[in-house]
Amino acid sequence: MTRLLAKMEVDRRLVGLAVVLLIIWIGFDLASGGRFITPRNIFNLSVQTASVAVMACGMVLIIVTRHIDLSVGAILGVLAMIMGVVQSDILPQFLEYNHPMTWVITLIVGLIIGGAIGSIQGLAVGYLGVPAFIVTLGGLLVWRGAAWWVTQGRTVAPLDHNFMLLGGGIEGTIGATWSWVVAAIAIAAIIYAAIKDRRRRLSFEFPVKPIWAEYTNTAIKAGLVLIAVITLNAYHLPERAAERILESRGIAATAENLVISHGIPIPLLIVALVAIVLTIVAKRTRFGRYVFAIGGNPQAAELAGINVKRMTVAVFALMGVLCAISAAISSARLQSAGNDLGTLDELRVIAAVVIGGTSLAGGLGTIYGALIGALVMQSLQSGMALLGVDTSLQSIVIGLVLVLAVFSDKYFHRRYSDPTA
Amino acid sequence: MPETNNSNTDKNPLVEMRDIHISFGGVKAVDGVSIDLYPGEVVGVLGHNGAGKSTLIKVLSGAYQADSGQIIVDGREAKIENARDARDNNIETIYQNLALADNLDAAQNLFLGREFTDKFGFLDDAAMEHKAREVLHRLNPNFKKFTSPVSALSGGQRQSVAIARALLFEARVLIMDEPCAALGVHETRMVGELIDQLKRDGLGILLISHDLHDVFDLSDRLHVMKNGKLVGTVPTKDVTHDDVLGMIILGKMPEHLMHLAGPGATNAPNKEALQ
Ligand SMILES: Nc1ncnc2c1ncn2[C@@H]1O[C@H](COP(=O)(O)OP(=O)(O)OP(=O)(O)O)[C@@H](O)[C@H]1O
Ligand SMILES: [Mg+2]
Repeated sequence: MTRLLAKMEVDRRLVGLAVVLLIIWIGFDLASGGRFITPRNIFNLSVQTASVAVMACGMVLIIVTRHIDLSVGAILGVLAMIMGVVQSDILPQFLEYNHPMTWVITLIVGLIIGGAIGSIQGLAVGYLGVPAFIVTLGGLLVWRGAAWWVTQGRTVAPLDHNFMLLGGGIEGTIGATWSWVVAAIAIAAIIYAAIKDRRRRLSFEFPVKPIWAEYTNTAIKAGLVLIAVITLNAYHLPERAAERILESRGIAATAENLVISHGIPIPLLIVALVAIVLTIVAKRTRFGRYVFAIGGNPQAAELAGINVKRMTVAVFALMGVLCAISAAISSARLQSAGNDLGTLDELRVIAAVVIGGTSLAGGLGTIYGALIGALVMQSLQSGMALLGVDTSLQSIVIGLVLVLAVFSDKYFHRRYSDPTA
Repeated sequence: MPETNNSNTDKNPLVEMRDIHISFGGVKAVDGVSIDLYPGEVVGVLGHNGAGKSTLIKVLSGAYQADSGQIIVDGREAKIENARDARDNNIETIYQNLALADNLDAAQNLFLGREFTDKFGFLDDAAMEHKAREVLHRLNPNFKKFTSPVSALSGGQRQSVAIARALLFEARVLIMDEPCAALGVHETRMVGELIDQLKRDGLGILLISHDLHDVFDLSDRLHVMKNGKLVGTVPTKDVTHDDVLGMIILGKMPEHLMHLAGPGATNAPNKEALQ
């Protein structure tokens, strides 16, 4: 089995993680009498995971460079408040309510301020040499306090209508047809990438994987995309909502056309986009290469002419930008911005990243691992909630799982120290 | 710098370091040292632990900046403030602690800081791996592990990667700090052959080593340091192991080469050493 996986050049850690996720899902499904693996629950799971998943992508790069960011939850909180005020209090003075530009301007303001907050923390870590743990621990307090100051504690609601689509919800999906289009594009991209990569290696006469492995790999990836879209399309809008939509389009409701699919929720689309972009950044750009080089040996990176300080600022700034995206997703999902939004998210994000196989010692980690890690965390939480487990017991279980995950990773890592051999 | 009677005096030196001073807190790690290096020449830098060898060459490779002193490359004064400046002057360094990123593979390490990119600015890993295979094959035909992280390589294989890294970028001056420290007998011999080959190609090599045998076999001249000062510079063929040990331990030039003594040396044996 292991030799088979090696031939296919898949990350053994990834397979282990996928198996764990599957066990959790099947376990909860059995325990809940078939209420866990349903289109509806999977849809909700994807929406609930989105905010943490987006931040986890950035946290991978932070931890790979041997840093940590404890302030992401607090940054999310302050950015959600700022974006709430921008869209609900400031912009309505200039634009009419629910103006199509409102959400765009709001998001841009959030992204810029997020990047600025991240840069400030990055400067303190990179140039002043204060350990990231301390800078961001301070940041946690500062930004959480700042979140309160934005409105003196008042919760901002209602939010802009278009902005709220970023949070999923009934209208925050792209529907069945567009979901199929996205699936088709994704599958075409997967096949194209596989062919292009193989051709390139062959043109240099490098060893390539056996062709059957290539087919299997590609088929598995494409299959996962298909299953995901089929599942999300199988979750239909509640009848009343469907009626309203038909009404607004001026179509009479009949038995068949009342069945309207949710399709891919917008937050999931955002996660996919962020993850793809950051994976390309990590694997295919100088920036990403330097992030890993710094994590592997900061001295060597410096000697190779890499500006480690500037890279540190950039990585933290990126984290801040991603916090803004997460802030938009979570406030849009809750349809309001409260100053305690994102509380304890730093721990969820770090746990997701670590469960996803990123080494706290730096130099090692993947974006897709972090995504699965985030999904594992959220599945545990949602599953236990579904079974009516106390919240206090939920935290105990999740805490233990985190420790166990890192332990087992260390254990297996020691046994198979070269993940690609 | 006194005249040295080596065969290269007709050429201009590739690099000269003049009167370099650098201290850390109160420690004068390098104290008024001048050395030079000619094309096609291997020069050994010898001295006890803490003599200042690594510090001296780090000034040349841009890792440290001298408190005072000059660096002259090809007859012109060069400002070397960081690793990139050194590289712009075709000075490459292979560090004592093997400056490789353990988590990256051979090709990624070879090209670190100077990656190939395609027309969109994305990394061209296949092209880099191709070039890496070519260079590494020339150095070490047995090298096979191109896609494993270098942490999975043996000491000799890692050294091959480090040396290949320097070669890849057409170094004219190669600085090697303990290149054989982590290596077995066979691998040490391999590095030795490599140094000979590079020397024939006209590179100037500064070789730091604690192994007198290696240094005697490989180098044309020896700079000996003690307590941050240059004891003297001697042609390898004119001295014996004992002469050199005397220089290292006592900081004393051999009698018959007294006329070559460096500015840091005294006629009498070093006072501290006698205590
Ligand atoms: N970064 C530093 N900070 C403080 N002191 C330093 C630093 N680097 C070197 N030194 C000191 O400078 C002196 C010379 O050190 P250096 O590393 O150059 O010795 P070396 O000749 O290379 O020794 P070795 O043979 O052990 O490698 C030592 O006393 C050392 O403690
Ligand atoms: Mg040294």
